[in-house]
Parts: sequence; structure tokens; C-alpha cells
Amino acid sequence: MQEVELSDILTAREDGDYIVNIGPQHPSTHGVMRFVVSLKGEMLEYVIPHCGYIHRGIEKMCERMTYPQIIHLTDRMDYLSAHMNNEAVSLLVEKATGVEVPERVKYIRTILSELQRIASHQLWWAAFGMDMGGLTCFFYGLRDREHILDIFEESFGSRLLHSYVCPGGLMGDIHPNFQKRTKEFIKYFRKKLPEYDQLLTGNVIFEQRTKGMGIMSKADAISFGATGPVGRGSNFACDIRKKFPYSAYDKVDFKEILYTEGDSWARYKVRVDEMWESMKIIEQLIDNIPEGDYSAKMKPVIKLPEGEYSQRVETAKGDLGVFVVSKGEKYPYRMHFRTPNFNNLFVISQLCAGNKIADLIAISGSLDLVIPDIDR
Amino acid sequence: MEKEQLGLVLAELFPTLEINTSGDSVRFKADTADIHKIAAVLRDDKRLQFDYLFNLYGVDREDRFSMIYGLESTILGHIVVIETDIADHDNPIIDTVSDLWKTAQYQEREVYDLMGVKFTNHPDLRRLFLEDGWGFPLRKDYKDDINFIER
Repeated sequence: MQEVELSDILTAREDGDYIVNIGPQHPSTHGVMRFVVSLKGEMLEYVIPHCGYIHRGIEKMCERMTYPQIIHLTDRMDYLSAHMNNEAVSLLVEKATGVEVPERVKYIRTILSELQRIASHQLWWAAFGMDMGGLTCFFYGLRDREHILDIFEESFGSRLLHSYVCPGGLMGDIHPNFQKRTKEFIKYFRKKLPEYDQLLTGNVIFEQRTKGMGIMSKADAISFGATGPVGRGSNFACDIRKKFPYSAYDKVDFKEILYTEGDSWARYKVRVDEMWESMKIIEQLIDNIPEGDYSAKMKPVIKLPEGEYSQRVETAKGDLGVFVVSKGEKYPYRMHFRTPNFNNLFVISQLCAGNKIADLIAISGSLDLVIPDIDR
Repeated sequence: MEKEQLGLVLAELFPTLEINTSGDSVRFKADTADIHKIAAVLRDDKRLQFDYLFNLYGVDREDRFSMIYGLESTILGHIVVIETDIADHDNPIIDTVSDLWKTAQYQEREVYDLMGVKFTNHPDLRRLFLEDGWGFPLRKDYKDDINFIER
């Protein structure tokens, strides 16, 4: 990126230069995110993201909470990947205390993660279509997402913020209907997913607004640390499930979706294809969930031995890292979350430069940003 | 590259440093003054090629600050964790690595915002989440009379 002084960007220099503020309450920013945009006529020059509108100080709060309590905070970072966020902290605590969780837990966690990934991508698909004026997409996406949320609600009583995965295993066993309903959903969604393609993928307007827009090279994706579907759209093989398998990902066969174009279109295709892959993973596991306990025996007060621990998982948005410095107490001394959205956000200025202002919405939509995950 | 092999390459490149290969990933401790030089070698050496900075965070250890860098090579698939201690707790300063990895520019801004570590040669060191004039909440001596409940 070109190095510029902030004061230069924020002053209109010649005729036709504008500084426009977008957000923090603009619906297309998908949350409380504010962009200050420098324009030359209709063309974007710089996009400066301003964060912090939903900063809650989660890392500081963690320093005064026990590990089972922290689980409930992680839900609220990327609320569309609640299971994976819970799992990241749980895996870290289990690794640090040397607890081996039952096979049953590993299988259920993997299935839940993949269901959550589908739900997240469905909502993104719905909102992405709507960002570009296709209101029908929103109804289609939410209609199908509802089925997953119903499965979640039946098994653990909440639809969005579950806090179901906890250190040692799960909060409770799955509902007896869980397997049946999940299989029903897969059967249903295998019929419905082609509709997504009919509605958006082949649409000329949609193609023109995404193909060749917001191109990011592989080198940039790596340098900016853009992971998840954003990175994989630029051919950056960053899937933690493949690189460092956790839970039951080493037992399943799935493809890491990679596209080389690096534009909004590629990022779109990665997510649609990932929904197919997630269904494949669930199908491989759903009939083979081993019998056993839903949780390993944990001490009533979990203390991590002194040292530094890390755990990375693949959420629907990318590489989530959890890092803990422990002094042997029941509270972490320092907890840090490397969140995928934080790193995915800052590519936006580079992606938007030279495009029209209307494309800012399309490009930021293709990044699938969840703002609470950025601000923490 | 395997952990032991990576440890040998690092020991050859930085003979004065103590490379620890016993943990999850290869770790070593570097001097604050050398951090940019070491980071550049790690990125550019053909045998290492650490092109992806997956993580960067600071720890307030009350008498000093620690900066921890997690590096991964997307080409060769290995990981190294570098730790460096900033001895001056009142005025912590360290060189930026944002010219080597673009993601560092924003992660360093976050560290500056929440922990108050200053980065020299950083192109745009502003607060990221909080207002100017706010304290540095991730420091252990941070006090907030209104929102903190002491137990």
C-alpha cells in the first residue's frame, strides 16, 4: 500500500475531491463499522476503516474470569462462528491441562462446527445478495439458516450464542433427534443449494459487479494475513483444518477450496463450494458418532500450569488464534485473540482503490466482516 | 521443515541465540534492538521463508513488556515463535516490522492502543479502538474507577 499522511487523505485537495463518511450505522457495513472514504469524483482513492464502536475489552475481561466463564465471551466475538470460538478456547484448555476428550465429543464438535460454518455462509450469502440489490437472496438464505438454528435450539436451547462447547467436552449431551434432523437438513439443503446458484451465480448483473472487482494477489493475502475464504479466493492455502487438524478433522475427507482469481467472485465461489464440502464432512460423521460420555472429567477449578499456550482453529471467517500466558492460576495472566476478521478488514483500502464508490459495498460484502470480531 | 532441522538452521543463522525446540513450536528469545534485523532474515532466507505473520501481541509482565511474534512459512509449513523483552516499562519502544508484513501495521496499532508500546518507523501509529487520551487498558496497573469492580 502507498504510504500517505492521514492529513493528506482527509483534506480535499482539488476540484472533484470528496471525503465521505460511511457508517457507523450504515446497514451495508453489517455492524458498527465506519469508513472514511476519499473520492475523486466517483472513484475511490483511499478507504480508512475506523474501528472501536463495539470494543468491549474482551481480552481485559478475560484476565478476571475463569476459563469456563471465558467461553461465554468468545461467543460474542464472531457470533456467526460461536461454536468454533468456544472450541478454540476449549481445545487450548484441554491441551494445557492434558485432558483427553472422548471420541464422541470430537465427532459432535466437528459436526457442530460444520453446521455453524454452513449457517454462517448462508447468512453471508443472503446479506451479500442483498448488498447488491437482490432482496430475494436474503429470504432464501435465512429460510435455510432457520433449519440449522432449529437443530441448535433443540439440542442446546439457544440459537445464536450457544456456549455449548466447553473445556472438557460439551455442556450436555445432544438431543435424541439431533442425528435425524441433521440428516434431514442435509437432504433438504442439497436440493436447495443449487437454487443459490440459479439465483446469483449465473446472474449477469451479479457477475459484472463481482468479476474482476477487488483483486487481491496471493502475496498480498499472505502479507495482510487474510485467511479463510478471503485468503483462499486468492489461492492462499490457509485452512487450519488441513494444516493442523484438530477434533475429528483428521478422520474426514474433504477438499480445501482454492481459487486463483482473487476477486470478489472467487471469494463468493469459495464460500458456496465450502457449503458443499461442509455437508460432505457432516455426512461422513453423522452416522458414526461413537457412544460414550459427552464430557471428560474436569477438575472443578481449572488451573492452567504456568507457561504459554496457543491454539488455532478455522472459523467460518478464517484463522482464529487463542494465546494464553498463564501463571498457574485459575485466571489467565494474559489472553489474546488473533481474530480473522481483524486481519481481513484491512485489505479493504487496497481492494477498493480505483473502483467506484458503489463497489465499496460489494467488496466489503465479499470480505464477510463481522464487526464484534474486529473490535473485541 | 521438521522442528529439529529448523532449530539447526536458526542456530546457524543466529549463533548467539538460544533456540528452544522442546515445546509445541520452535521458540527463541531475541534482543529488542535486533528484532527488525532478525525478522528480515527470517522472512528473506531461502531456507526459512517466513512470509506469514499470524500473530503479534504484547504481554505486560509488570517489570517489563514482552512482545511475541508468531511466524509461519506458507511455502515450507514451519512455525517459529519469537519473544523479546522490552526492559523499559515506563516508556516501551520497539522497532516496527510493518515494512516486512503488512498485517503487522494493524496488529502493532492494536498493541499500541491497548498496551502503550510505541513502534519506531511505524507509518501510521494512531489509536485503533479507543479515544486519544484514554489509558492503556491491557497494562496491569490500569485503573478505571467507574467501570471496574474490585473483588
